[in-house]
Amino acid sequence: MIKNILNLGDAALYCDFGSDVNQEINSNVIKYFYHIKKLNLKGITNLTPSYNKLIISYDLNIHSFLSLKKKIENIEIKENNKLEKNLIEIPVCCDNNFALDIKRVENKLKLKSEIILEKFFSKNYFCYMTGFVAGMPFLGDLEKDMRLKRLETPRVKVPKGSVGITEQFCNIYTFETPGGWNILGNTPQNIFDTSNQSNPNLVNPGDTIKFYRITLDQYNEIKR
Amino acid sequence: MKSKDRNYFKILRAGINTTYQDLGRNNLYHIGIPFSGAMDKRNFQLLNSLLQNDYNSPVIEFAYQGPHLKYFGKDIFFCISGNASFKIITKEDVIDGNSYQCYLLKNGDEVDIHSTNKSVYGYFSINGTFGVDYYWGSCSINTQAQIGPNNGNKFSKDLEIEIIDINNSFNKRKLDYLGNTIENIRVIKGTNYDYFSESSQNKFFKESFKITKLSDRMGMRLEGPKIENIVDPNIKSEGLVKGVIQITSAGDPIIMLSDHGTIGGYPKIATVISADYDRVVQLTPGSNIKFKDVSLEDAETLYKLYQMETNNIISQIK
Repeated sequence: MIKNILNLGDAALYCDFGSDVNQEINSNVIKYFYHIKKLNLKGITNLTPSYNKLIISYDLNIHSFLSLKKKIENIEIKENNKLEKNLIEIPVCCDNNFALDIKRVENKLKLKSEIILEKFFSKNYFCYMTGFVAGMPFLGDLEKDMRLKRLETPRVKVPKGSVGITEQFCNIYTFETPGGWNILGNTPQNIFDTSNQSNPNLVNPGDTIKFYRITLDQYNEIKR
Repeated sequence: MKSKDRNYFKILRAGINTTYQDLGRNNLYHIGIPFSGAMDKRNFQLLNSLLQNDYNSPVIEFAYQGPHLKYFGKDIFFCISGNASFKIITKEDVIDGNSYQCYLLKNGDEVDIHSTNKSVYGYFSINGTFGVDYYWGSCSINTQAQIGPNNGNKFSKDLEIEIIDINNSFNKRKLDYLGNTIENIRVIKGTNYDYFSESSQNKFFKESFKITKLSDRMGMRLEGPKIENIVDPNIKSEGLVKGVIQITSAGDPIIMLSDHGTIGGYPKIATVISADYDRVVQLTPGSNIKFKDVSLEDAETLYKLYQMETNNIISQIK
């Protein structure tokens, strides 16, 4: 399933699963990720799964590129290995104060805001990966008529909890950070919990997300 | 604990970016948490060796301007690594201190770390242990994700730094160490090297880049000749590692450092080799950087040499 293994610098393997972004390729990445994680190999310092790549960082005192590459190439994963999937429901409030880019999205997609939100909430989304900042899930796929580019000029600060879309993906800003996604709403739910060290992420790669719409009153109730 | 039994520093001035650091946290990239840890690993290691602390003991890292600390408690030794200017203020005297030497502090004495010289990061610690909390096995403060002691924030004025243990069998030692001289930063070509025009590839290695003020523990932005992308200014977002050099849509390089975002969508032109990481983080804004291409095999050998050199320096501590 790994097409090719290159080096990324002198202390990481760059495992290439293909160039397309789809759930089949991504599920293979995630299977490898969980499998290697479970092996608990000495000297592996990080595993970073993404849409179609898996980066394996290692301690140069323990591994060299060639020796670790061989080890990874020899790993056999059964194609029919089932991925463990959780369905997670996440409340989102689309009050005007939170839907920062709804006007822009209306203009770009040439759809009314109610239609946009109806389409957005009618679908389940697959978690391809988490990261960039702690716990941020990259979810997909949006319907073709819901896809647009990111903001021309990214925001310096996107509020924590913002739910945004770009191209075929949506995400949740787990921290206040700079960002350029089109923001449709905000969730009062904590997506990343620093105090839960064994499982800080609410959403993990392979999970399915169902967003449901709440009112501002419900939002404030949950926040309280 | 009765207050008279406490040993602690009070922060009179916090400095610019003062945090606790150790060797950082592993195996969390997949949830978006980077390594963090001391930026300059060699100076971190030298400091704990000089102070005869455990190799992964917490230290206080500062950037550009360090903290001004007042000490309360029983006699203690401290040491600073990196190229720093500092004063020790006692009731009788004000002394200019030297990095890589241990000094005695008595109740009421102060240490004022004015600046790092021709470098960015310096390290401060004591012959003992700071009272820190651990998050995923590390006390490193990641201010971006607000992870670590002090609620993941950098130090601020009036904060008190607790000392929970003092090593009484400590021998005062020192090291004559001048630090690294910096010439080229050695890199390995990146996974998207062929995204860039041939003339830009040549410029990347032949010309120098200037380090801008947009540099911190997350990354270092450079400016210089524009690097022309002939394929696509974006790639499908994928994992990053420490030292990766991405080229932004504007054609400028950005080097990922210890607190970097774990995923990125800019093409990767090169990666700084592990042996040169400590040197690259110490380059100050306004100074120039020039890259040199090395092979993976050479980079692996250079890392072994780097480790041998570190051990050699440690063996010179007297």
